[in-house]
Amino acid sequence: MARAYTPKVLTANRLLEGDVIYYGTNDDWVLAHDEALYLTDEVQANDLLAAAHKQAGFLVGAYLADAILEDGKPVPTHFREDFRTRGPSNYDHGKQAEV
Amino acid sequence: MYSYNEFDKDFIQNRVHQFRAQVERRVDGSLTEDEFKPLRLMNGLYLQLHAYMLRVAIPYGTLNGAKMRQLAFIADKWDKGYGHFTTRQNIQYNWPKLSDVPDMLQALADVDMHAIQTSGNCIRNVTADHFAGAAADEVEDPRPTAELLRQWSTDHPEFAFLGRKFKFAVTGSENDRAVIKAHDVGLRVVRNQTGEIGYEVIIGGGLGRTPMIGKVLREFLPRADLLPYCEAIMQVYNALGRRDNKYKARIKITVHENGIEKIKELVEERFIVQREAFGGYDQVLFADIKAAFAAPDYINAYTDGFEASVKTDPALRSFVDTNLSQHKKSDYAIVTISIKKHGQTPGDATSDQMRVMADLAEKYGHDELRISHEQNVILPHVHKSHIPAIYAELRKVELATANIGLISDIIACPGMDYCALATARSIPIAQQIATRFDELKLENDIGELKIKISGCINACGHHHVGHIGILGLDRAGVESYQITLGGDGTQTATIGKSAGRGFSYSEIVPAIERLVYAYLDIRQNTEETFLETYRRLGLEPFKAALYPETRIAAE
Ligand code: HEM
Ligand code: SF4
Repeated sequence: MARAYTPKVLTANRLLEGDVIYYGTNDDWVLAHDEALYLTDEVQANDLLAAAHKQAGFLVGAYLADAILEDGKPVPTHFREDFRTRGPSNYDHGKQAEV
Repeated sequence: MYSYNEFDKDFIQNRVHQFRAQVERRVDGSLTEDEFKPLRLMNGLYLQLHAYMLRVAIPYGTLNGAKMRQLAFIADKWDKGYGHFTTRQNIQYNWPKLSDVPDMLQALADVDMHAIQTSGNCIRNVTADHFAGAAADEVEDPRPTAELLRQWSTDHPEFAFLGRKFKFAVTGSENDRAVIKAHDVGLRVVRNQTGEIGYEVIIGGGLGRTPMIGKVLREFLPRADLLPYCEAIMQVYNALGRRDNKYKARIKITVHENGIEKIKELVEERFIVQREAFGGYDQVLFADIKAAFAAPDYINAYTDGFEASVKTDPALRSFVDTNLSQHKKSDYAIVTISIKKHGQTPGDATSDQMRVMADLAEKYGHDELRISHEQNVILPHVHKSHIPAIYAELRKVELATANIGLISDIIACPGMDYCALATARSIPIAQQIATRFDELKLENDIGELKIKISGCINACGHHHVGHIGILGLDRAGVESYQITLGGDGTQTATIGKSAGRGFSYSEIVPAIERLVYAYLDIRQNTEETFLETYRRLGLEPFKAALYPETRIAAE
């Protein structure tokens, strides 16, 4: 039996910089997880993923990651994705240090 | 120190040009990621969680001041001002930009360094005892052997696409500081009854999801037979090793499934053929290499000043007690610089710290530095009269922590703070354990204790051979840590035994604390180390300390 679809965000790393990006609400790629487009529709999610795979000159390693809504904004459900929104936890020197 | 010849230099330089062109083609879209990935991996470039990572080889852990200074320069110019020294005697940069990597490789090539064969299914950077050439207990410096293996294995067409990665380690001493029994091939330089030098050959060791202790393939291999014999091993592995399942592809599985006797037979058979093919040129080469590793021009000086300072300065004394090892010359010492100040990331050094270590090596250390698999930096040749001055300089940049071999001298892999394969974090666990035992002021009382932490089953942090091993897993979306006990990475190598169910992120440090208190309670005397106590009493008393609730339930 196929697993029921759970909402996702589309994420990848930027080809040149390597940093984590999310597919945003304006058909763009953004750095902040809470600005990501919240994908409740499985067909749309898969279409966007397929399109992302074709943007090989801009990004690398696109995939769909589970998320839930909190205060109207997407939040990761798994700790791995949670770390990806910020950077290393040994001391602040990833994305969290830049914002 | 061994210097590159023209052939080595051209080879490295060509690889930089090639990679620059490959990056350009990736960026302009003529290469897809699927095409590019194997090319970048061949040059040590990974994509991790937050960024790219460039892994640079430090062959047999040896470098000089100029190289260390260049590593610092690279960290400042193209990364975030630091580098991470790893258990495989490599340095990793965690934040390079793809378009900068060719320039980084060029900067490395300028000092005869590179990132080749630090990744991929080839023979990887050959590692060696970090005290090589200096240790009092050494039969012979293992580095000429490691360098010969490096030259033989670099770009060897027959071994560029093996079933899986392949790791060699070499030691020249009875006391194994290179973990040779956990490598695909481990070599130990030995002397036979007639005094002839040769090698004990061990194969089929490895960590990862199926940890195995290596088995002896040959007790004594005459020196001249080394390369033909290794070539025979590689051919047997290449023919017999499994390619159907990545988890069964390492030589440890080949040895396990076929039995050491069968492997021995096949290797000896191939060896006869290979020996014919080697015309003895390798031995000419070996003699040249060996000359390049000649001992430094040791100085003669008094050591009275040093002895007097140690008596009067307790901080220096504590440093001397833990961070110095016996050198083969009695007025010299091997100084281990801890890059594990309590609460810091094990193995990370800032560019400023790298420059200080480079200066110290040049000024006091015959321009030699080593990186250990335990993620520390070593000044292998220090005249004792210079130790107080070195200590004073190290203190200024927070490099004087006196904790070598103690509970805070932890190996930790990058884990989920960097690594894309991780199932849990490992660095923060190391930071918290070190900080906690520093607060308790128990470190010296506990004595020798090796904790090793990996952030997934791949075991890059050597947890299987830690006296206490910690493995971070993902249990239903939550970090969970499993403890193994009794592992040992030395000549008496042993795989640790699982102590039972895992602990959550917030439970793991208190669990380690209970374990250590149990040891302090049950050791026979202050001389008995954690490992000795474990060997005497087994898992049970430690389990009781780890899981007090089960004990209550049983009563
Ligand atoms: C991007 C980061 C890394 C990746 C993708 C990676 C990948 C792996 C994998 C897949 C294995 C298991 C191999 C097998 O069982 O066949 C492994 C083993 C190992 N790695 Fe890593 N690793 C990484 C970082 C490191 C670091 C930082 C170190 C040094 C601290 C290291 C040292 C080792 C060692 C010592 C082993 C176990 C020995 C063996 O059986 O090969 N790795 N690594
Ligand atoms: S053990 Fe796992 S988490 Fe740690 S560096 Fe290796 S692959 Fe990454």
